[in-house]
Amino acid sequence: MNCMDSKQPETGLLGPESDSQRTLYPYVTGTSVVALKYKDGILMAADMGGSYGSTLRYKSVERMKPIGKHSLLGASGEISDFQEILRYLDELILYDNMWDDGNSLGPKEVHNYLTRVMYNRRNKFNPLWNSLVLGGVKNGQTYLGMVSMIGVNFEDNHVATGFGNHLARPILRQEWHENLSFEEGVKLLEKCMRVLLYRDRSAVNKLQIAKITEEGVTISQPYSLKTHWEFSAFQNPTQGAVGSW
Amino acid sequence: MDLNMNLNAPHSMGTTIIGVTYNGGVILGADSRTSTGMYVANRASDKITQLTDNVYVCRSGSAADSQIVSDYVRYFLHQHTIQLGQPATVKVAANLIRLLSYNNKNMLETGLIVGGWDKYEGGKIYGIPLGGTLIEQPFAIGGSGSSYLYGFFDQAWKEGMTKNEAEQLVVKAVSLAIARDGASGGVVRTVIINSEGVTRNFYPGDKLPLWHEELEPQNSLLDVLNTSSPEPMNI
Repeated sequence: MNCMDSKQPETGLLGPESDSQRTLYPYVTGTSVVALKYKDGILMAADMGGSYGSTLRYKSVERMKPIGKHSLLGASGEISDFQEILRYLDELILYDNMWDDGNSLGPKEVHNYLTRVMYNRRNKFNPLWNSLVLGGVKNGQTYLGMVSMIGVNFEDNHVATGFGNHLARPILRQEWHENLSFEEGVKLLEKCMRVLLYRDRSAVNKLQIAKITEEGVTISQPYSLKTHWEFSAFQNPTQGAVGSW
Repeated sequence: MDLNMNLNAPHSMGTTIIGVTYNGGVILGADSRTSTGMYVANRASDKITQLTDNVYVCRSGSAADSQIVSDYVRYFLHQHTIQLGQPATVKVAANLIRLLSYNNKNMLETGLIVGGWDKYEGGKIYGIPLGGTLIEQPFAIGGSGSSYLYGFFDQAWKEGMTKNEAEQLVVKAVSLAIARDGASGGVVRTVIINSEGVTRNFYPGDKLPLWHEELEPQNSLLDVLNTSSPEPMNI
């Protein structure tokens, strides 16, 4: 029917693509997720954009979801793979609940499960094309971890995916400290998200901030950040160097 | 060795397809051009396909892929309806499409818009682009022609339109996309689905509005010449 030339040719090292199930390239993607530990638990922020290549196609994609009673999962990367991961976790939590033994999977356990899933898929050369951020609180213990699409996983006091690695992490390293209040945490996340909005082409100005504490998960309603353009240097950028670009 | 994994550019899919919710149901719209490379294989195809009495799907991308997916889903939905004992919901139809699209993502090249009406949720539109993401939206656009409509819909879309307003919006949008997208053309077909049932409409190419740099079609140059300098009438 139409030109099929954009599909990967059957040359090179990868072999015929129709052979196996392997995600070769992402289609609808989410950009950075940023998260930090604060006094009462975890704060996580992600915008609501789903990009289709360079087009900002979907602007109401929820990229953070509660998992069970104690965890919150945020994802960047291919949205269809994230939706599939949510289904796996649904099943995991269901089976856990069916034991009806008073125990429930905490963030550490969910993080471990995700790590296994991601690493095993990577070994089969069929990755789930996501970077996942898993945060939660159980029995007073706050946990924040990350898993990449190749199965690299670690925990830290603050994490970021995608562009956030380059833009948000330095800010967090500088300004994060133990026992941030809710307000300080939100302000810090917003600072990171604003920088991402300025500097990440795939960022969209509609975001949500999620909080998880011992009490449970709250995901804020979508909102937009103010941006600042009123700098005199922006008005006449070449004033100081006439003739420059 | 070609390791060029172009992670940024989705490939074009010949067609313009649209699905829009309004205050009583949904309107699905599409162009009618099927192309094989540069040749128009079918200038009057029907890209809005029935899945059940109350759920239809707009197909874009590879004709073969979209047809086979629709056929399988129609088959599954038929069985599901028998087992359920009542009409399938739009969400179930959309999820069946998603399952096929996601699990065969390496082989399929088709973007679909599922729209319908059921008694639980009313009119709903689900977009299922390449890759198999399922996303419920108040309106959805797809196909190569949709690139030209993002700005149009950002400006023209309103929540809670009437049936006629919504249909006019869809026809206008497909017509605008046809004007600029070489892979879209022909007629505009619409399907309206609501609690009362399904209505198909047909807007032939020559009845669509004219846009920038388009001229009123004539039968012949001779007519043009005659109107500008008319022959004196012979009684």
